[in-house]
Amino acid sequence: MHKPNGEGFFTYFTAAAAVLILALTGSIFLVVLWGARPAIEAFGLGFLFAAVWDPVRDLYGAVPVIVGTIVTSILAIVIAVPLGVAAAIFLGELAPSWIKKPASFTVELLAAIPSVVYGLWGLFVLVPWIRTGPGQFLESHLGFLPFFQGPSLGVGVLAASLVLAMMILPTITAISREIMRAVPVELREAVFALGSTRWEMIVKVVLPISKVGIMGATLLGLGRALGEAMAVTMVIGNANLIPVSLLSPAQTVASLIVNEFPEAFDLQLSALLLLGLTLFTITFLVNVAAVWLVNRTSYRLKNQGGAVNGKQ
Amino acid sequence: MAQEVSIEGLSVWFGKHQVLKNVFLSAPAKEVTALIGPSGCGKTTMLRSINRLHDLYSGARVSGKIRIGAENVLDGETDLVELRRRVSMIFQKPNPFPHLSVFDNVAMGLRLHGLARSPLLENRVEACLRKAALWDEVKDRLDMPGTSLSGGQQQRLCIARALAVEPEVFLMDEPCASLDPISTLRIEELIEDLSQEFTVVIVTHNMQQAARISQNVAFILLGEVIETGSASEIFSRAKDPRTEAYLTGRMG
Amino acid sequence: MANNKRRKVTGFINEAACLIFAALAMLVLFLILYYIFQRGIGAINLTFLTSLPTPVGIPGGGIGNALIGSGIMVGLATLLATSIGITAGIFLDQNPQSRLATITRSACRVLTGVPSLIKGLFIFTILVLPTGDYSALAGAIALSVVMIPFITLSSEEMLRTVSVTWREASYALGATKKQTVMMLILPTAAGGLSVAIMLAVALAAGQSAPVLLTALTSQFWLENLMQPTASLPVLVYTYGISPFSDWQQQAWGAALVLVVIILALNVISQLSIAIMNRRRGI
Repeated sequence: MHKPNGEGFFTYFTAAAAVLILALTGSIFLVVLWGARPAIEAFGLGFLFAAVWDPVRDLYGAVPVIVGTIVTSILAIVIAVPLGVAAAIFLGELAPSWIKKPASFTVELLAAIPSVVYGLWGLFVLVPWIRTGPGQFLESHLGFLPFFQGPSLGVGVLAASLVLAMMILPTITAISREIMRAVPVELREAVFALGSTRWEMIVKVVLPISKVGIMGATLLGLGRALGEAMAVTMVIGNANLIPVSLLSPAQTVASLIVNEFPEAFDLQLSALLLLGLTLFTITFLVNVAAVWLVNRTSYRLKNQGGAVNGKQ
Repeated sequence: MAQEVSIEGLSVWFGKHQVLKNVFLSAPAKEVTALIGPSGCGKTTMLRSINRLHDLYSGARVSGKIRIGAENVLDGETDLVELRRRVSMIFQKPNPFPHLSVFDNVAMGLRLHGLARSPLLENRVEACLRKAALWDEVKDRLDMPGTSLSGGQQQRLCIARALAVEPEVFLMDEPCASLDPISTLRIEELIEDLSQEFTVVIVTHNMQQAARISQNVAFILLGEVIETGSASEIFSRAKDPRTEAYLTGRMG
Repeated sequence: MANNKRRKVTGFINEAACLIFAALAMLVLFLILYYIFQRGIGAINLTFLTSLPTPVGIPGGGIGNALIGSGIMVGLATLLATSIGITAGIFLDQNPQSRLATITRSACRVLTGVPSLIKGLFIFTILVLPTGDYSALAGAIALSVVMIPFITLSSEEMLRTVSVTWREASYALGATKKQTVMMLILPTAAGGLSVAIMLAVALAAGQSAPVLLTALTSQFWLENLMQPTASLPVLVYTYGISPFSDWQQQAWGAALVLVVIILALNVISQLSIAIMNRRRGI
């Protein structure tokens, strides 16, 4: 059979674009790996466990930034998830229809604000507020506790966590809302028909069914928090030390890279690339898990067990 | 204590469209009343008005009275939570909760209303499963998800779930529509048992089913009740020509 | 019944809490927008928008070169990313079940989650490191890497809205795949694709990390693509962290310009989607 002119070519042409994207994905990993080679050869796995980062002596260890990243990201999640899920419940289940659209639209606009702008606002509005407000409070009244010790500088773990929380809130809210919306109306009516209040319907039916998907949303938010560079570097204090308190200045993987990059050469540059590789791997894994979880919810709902016309 | 359900001058609008036009119906206690008629004529709407499911959706407007026993449940004072405990509903497609086990499905209503604690809880769940003719089939599978059962079993599970809160009225919206004939027969037997204790109102497309299990029948067409009567009257000597047309298959 | 009353009160309290949290989330947005406007508006004037930066302390400096730099880099990136992304989107739409399609979709989703910083590192290592030169071209390519996964996934979504019935009608007339795509599917989905592009542009316009790492910055007008160049987001960063108050003021002004552009693109996109949905009777 003679294929019409250009038909096969068309498919190959479009497929080529798809292949290009795959090649891109693989290349990113390989290229960063290649750039990190000198650092891998110099430090090996010990890189992840060494605590000293000293460009002068060309000694590089990732521990302070890894701790900084984990602490700020987890704090951001702890703040943003309850807030985000509650907001999603309101927007999805409770709000009257005339509020729903404008309110969701507003929350989505939050997601569109660029990271530097969050950073600028954080630096000039949030940081001074923390320095004289909550930070001052913690220093004066709870400063004897290890978690709250230290001078209240404004910049530090607390500021970074708050900014990150604001940045991931819209993601968590939007996805949680989609997940909850997917809970079928038959199940909602079933529990109402038993005599439940609206809140009981949410807590006993919608939330349990949405649990897995909301975990996925949380992981997506975590992924974003882990990789956030500009906003964090502007408010975290850029001190490459292991943070001991909410008020400590600190550094995350992303903020360190952005901070030291312009002046980095040779081994330092390679070490930064190795940090980048680590970040790539972690965010990759987190995102894969997130997408898997989000997909599992819709799969389970579509394939509720038990044949409807089956045998006894 | 089963009560009579009495619909008096009920009208329902969805937006501008009037779905029910000033309908009257009497469903006596401890009997099965069947609502029959072509699709989309308001049977399900009428059923869902009795437990006020329309309240969940903006855009639905209701007027008239529905009495359960002596009290009108359409007035503003009614406690909806209590109403829906007294009036239970079985849906067309079985809807057990997928995230709960067989046991927890039945227990859901009890826990909601605070009606039983362990060990009374286990007893009540078993009693309800027995009454729904499901106990023997699930007694070793109480921990399995509610949706792991077959279609007929799921529907009986929903009935057990409804029984748990000790209702007075059973509303059933084409409960056998998605089931095979054998499951249908078992559910019909169950309905006959239920009608010894409760007031049952059932919407059905299956006229033979209505003839088999109901004592009273109402024929509804285009939002109006055309004719009501005992099952034997309607099915042998229908008075209205439209009823006759529907029953003989010339319409709908 | 006392028990019912308690249940209703509990419900009310919890629902009120959800309302408060949702209001909080919106409050945050308004706070940020308010401050940007309040602090930035003072810097905006024609000189600001059209001049080169001046040394600290000398008045009359502006973001002219940053605007041009951003415009050129985002523009180039859009050309590149749209070509590749829409083509790939067409492939995904035409061969949705194929293995290549499934893997590509997953790759795009993963890439969306990869921090843009890493994409900047990637382009840096390939283009900047070997030559030692930061360039606007490298910046544009880095931005396109950011845009491609988004455009691919969005364009597949938009193409998918063209109904099966119309496609079948086209094939029944004897049209080839290529003809169906070029003459039916693309034109029909054009509105949706435009929205996808707009959103991708908004995404790219706000990127600072990848641009900093590849195009660095500059105090001068962009003269050729192989030079480093200023850009709005990078300017916001460098001026924002500087210790000079007039530079900080300019950072606010630049942030305001950036936010206005990005929000405008987003609002237009949302409105367009709403209009298109209404037209399709959704």
